[in-house]
Amino acid sequence: METLLQALPALGDAFALILQVKVLGFLALGVVMGLCIGVFPGLGGIAGLSLLLPFMFGMDPILGLALMIGMVAVVPTSDTFASVLMGIPGSSASQATVLDGFPLAKRGEAARALSAAFASSLFGGILGASFLTIFILVARPIVLSFGLPEMLMITILGLSMVAILAGRVAIKGLAAACLGLLVGTIGEADAGGSLRMATYDIPYLTDGLKLVIVGLGIFAIPEIIALLRQDRAISSTPELGAGWLEGVKDWWKNIWLSVRCSIIGVVVGVIPGLGGSVVDWIAYGHSVQTTKDKSNFGKGEVRGIIGPESSNNAKEGGGLVPTLLFGIPGSGSMAIFIGAVALLGSGQIEVGPAMLKNNLDITYSIVWLLALANVVGTLLCIASSGVVAKLTTIRFTLLAPFLFMLIAFAAFQSGQNFGDLVALFAIGLIGIFLRRFDWSRPAFLIGFVLSNPVEKFTNQAFQIARFRFRDSTTAGLEYIFSPIVIVLIIITVVSVVIGIRQAKSILAEGEVSSGSKRAPFIFLGLITAYLVAAYWNASLISDRLMGDKVIPMVVAGIAILCCIVLAVQMMRRPETDPVFADREVDGDDAKAAHGLWPTLAWFGLLLALSGLVGFILALAVFLVSFLRVRAGLNLMKALVYAAGGIAFMCAMAWSLNRDFPPGLLQSYVNLPWPLT
Amino acid sequence: MTLKLNLARTLMAGVAALSFAATAHAMDMSGKTVTWTIPFSETGGSAKWANFFAPLLSEALPGKPTVVVKFMPGAGSTKGANWFQRQKNGDGTVLFGTSGSTQFPYLLGDPRVKYEYKDWNPVMASGTGGVAYLNKEAGAKFDGSANNLKDMNFIYGSQGATRLDLVPLLAWKMLGMNVEPVFGIKGRGDGRLMFERGEATIDYQTSSGYLKGSTALVEAGTAVPMMTWGSLNADGNIVRDPTFPDIPTFKEVCEKTDGCETSGKAWDAWKAFFVAGFPSQKIAFLPAGTDPAIIKTFVDAFAAVKARPDFAEISAKRVGKYPMYVGDDAKQALGVATTVPDEAKTFVKGWLKDAYGVELD
Repeated sequence: METLLQALPALGDAFALILQVKVLGFLALGVVMGLCIGVFPGLGGIAGLSLLLPFMFGMDPILGLALMIGMVAVVPTSDTFASVLMGIPGSSASQATVLDGFPLAKRGEAARALSAAFASSLFGGILGASFLTIFILVARPIVLSFGLPEMLMITILGLSMVAILAGRVAIKGLAAACLGLLVGTIGEADAGGSLRMATYDIPYLTDGLKLVIVGLGIFAIPEIIALLRQDRAISSTPELGAGWLEGVKDWWKNIWLSVRCSIIGVVVGVIPGLGGSVVDWIAYGHSVQTTKDKSNFGKGEVRGIIGPESSNNAKEGGGLVPTLLFGIPGSGSMAIFIGAVALLGSGQIEVGPAMLKNNLDITYSIVWLLALANVVGTLLCIASSGVVAKLTTIRFTLLAPFLFMLIAFAAFQSGQNFGDLVALFAIGLIGIFLRRFDWSRPAFLIGFVLSNPVEKFTNQAFQIARFRFRDSTTAGLEYIFSPIVIVLIIITVVSVVIGIRQAKSILAEGEVSSGSKRAPFIFLGLITAYLVAAYWNASLISDRLMGDKVIPMVVAGIAILCCIVLAVQMMRRPETDPVFADREVDGDDAKAAHGLWPTLAWFGLLLALSGLVGFILALAVFLVSFLRVRAGLNLMKALVYAAGGIAFMCAMAWSLNRDFPPGLLQSYVNLPWPLT
Repeated sequence: MTLKLNLARTLMAGVAALSFAATAHAMDMSGKTVTWTIPFSETGGSAKWANFFAPLLSEALPGKPTVVVKFMPGAGSTKGANWFQRQKNGDGTVLFGTSGSTQFPYLLGDPRVKYEYKDWNPVMASGTGGVAYLNKEAGAKFDGSANNLKDMNFIYGSQGATRLDLVPLLAWKMLGMNVEPVFGIKGRGDGRLMFERGEATIDYQTSSGYLKGSTALVEAGTAVPMMTWGSLNADGNIVRDPTFPDIPTFKEVCEKTDGCETSGKAWDAWKAFFVAGFPSQKIAFLPAGTDPAIIKTFVDAFAAVKARPDFAEISAKRVGKYPMYVGDDAKQALGVATTVPDEAKTFVKGWLKDAYGVELD
């Protein structure tokens, strides 16, 4: 009660601070900048905040905060554009949105999908802020009660969503998730520094693969290639169907789902160390479980958008708790945010344990600036969704080269290394085959995203538990089986049971027909070969570094078992069984106008040329020849389009102070920017 | 003594800055962009350090060029340092910053290290300190020596034994304490959180981290400061850290603890790695083969930054109250930071292998 009495005047002060014309102006400026950056996949809060950082030194604190929060808050809103319109997960927060958003766009209902997503985002953002206003006062002890076993259990709850997204053949989904987990362990281990499936001779691999690259490779590249092969627009109908008003109505009909998922978002966002990677999957799983007719998921079920989108903006609010109260950033952009706050004014705002005591008014300002930024950003997004949705009616062959350009640029930003482009191509290839043979790509991605937390929390919780058990058995058991852990175990078991029962009816990636035996069998063989190699590789690590080998070996072991079962099934069953799913047998892919390899070769050409002559020169050659040869434009038009694309790329890189991938040529000749 | 010395240095730097200001027009950098590459992510202490100095440096360089900070994380900064080793572009537009995490793999002969500090041109260096603290229960038993702590089991959240954590881990081992590191955390902030949750029972923070996060715990009574690593005086001896004059140094605690010696192999190794890791932790470099005139321009600019009347105030908050070395002083600091006797290296490598199974060859 006492704290509440303190809070009210602070809340009043906060509103007095925020509701000034100048502050709102800076907020709007931040929002617009954030929108412009967030629309591009792979660029988000980190790029945007880094851009603002130089201006923060000595700036009036409240104005600086308005600018920065405006920018951070809209990223999970604006990245929805890429998820829905192109099937590209704009950031880890909108992976699940792709599953139902993109099919809706393909049906010509992009505007509906977008506005449902934005309405949910807005609601989630505001609900998150209201909840935080009270919660932030009592959050400290609650956050501290989430130790390593509790975090491990939440991660496992996230992982259990694989059960729902596994697809028609559950065991294939499990194997895909294990494969994702294993790909996530590539590189130097966190605990002991051993190398897994990597060598110091290829320094790129020692750092492991980045989420941006895996997300783009697994989801974006297969979809772009598939659409490009068919040579039509994203939307299969020329007339755009339901408009943006429809989406808002959809959201209103599902308001309780939106409420529940927002709360999931805040609660998971509050726990430091988990970040946004699990939130949208848990929300998606929850949406599926609470929907009576599940047959539409994966084909364009609007509830599949409302759930994740409500949670991912609410999560941003929740993520402020560890950031402000403990000084521990929940994400990369929050880390920069903390650094930037110290630059403001005379540095009187110290993010950390003293924040509530000394700066409660500033804390509340931050919370409500975030809510306000959500409002401004969402209204802008909804207003533009009708127009932007028209993109889905453009002939895709004209869109694709520019998408390749953006994806390659975004991938390069993750590591500033030519290896990024090679990795993107390799992962893209895996994605194409996972899609073709109907191995659940969402399951793979969940595995990859949660690989590091699973391994880290398992190792650390195990070590601490061991020390506790050394003291006494009860101390050890109390540590592992805390009330929170027990509740989470129950939720996980229930969600797995429900998930397995329903998985068959949820086709997250649409129907796939079966036909010949050979190709699916070869692909299974290749995957098994990788799994065996990974198992063998991990088994070579010294036993003294048990923490580095146990997870890869266990996961690879499970996956190998799955593959053996699959192989037996394949031998016994007829060709028409779902286990032989293959998109090249029948359906859109099989009937496409262009083959897979020639289409992929175009993208390969861009990357290979970049390696030789640098990105911009390669882009010039690629764009002109693609538009001329593949799209059949006349030379004049091709040149104009290509010039426009390159000019745009340069302007963006220049304003964000980013580099382009250099090629061999650049190591011999010094060229002026942007050819460097 | 230290204070006087610092004062004298500051005055000298001020005078130097003034006299150089007159000759600075010899080199004009207007319109150019200086790229300051940091081999860590945007989130770490080195990022904070570079972001703090970048706008000040820009103002102090002749012609006020833009100074941008770029991040090239990877392999614990080895990737960025290897990249910098290949830079021969000595026109003043390439600047690089290292930290203790770049120095330790170099000193320990990590196979990935392809860089050579001796080739580079240091222009500025600055240091930090560290404070170790105990939980309430252990703090009650702490009497200025570790004698009563030897039969307790401690848990410590660690970033890895070959990183800066080498210094606290070795110190606790020398005190005869049983500290079990839980490896794999990503930053000292995570370690503090683990301590706050009660999962870890001992912790250490660098000075700025301690001031920002841990003093609140000490005030609340949930943490008890144990010792600082100390600070080096002009004669190279360890004295109390000026930022924490009330907390004893590891040297003092060691002297009072049975079985801990402030001489011999273990002590020499600890001191060598402390000196390499803390008093000159972060260093700014120009690439090999840079024109001496350009080096001088940067040295002068950093000296001018140091001479700013508000420097003490703004830097105390952002990077801590630690000396900043410029020019020849920075060279000296680099020498201290990158020379560790072979015996100390052998000792540490042997200990890492025995205690944690880390093999560096």
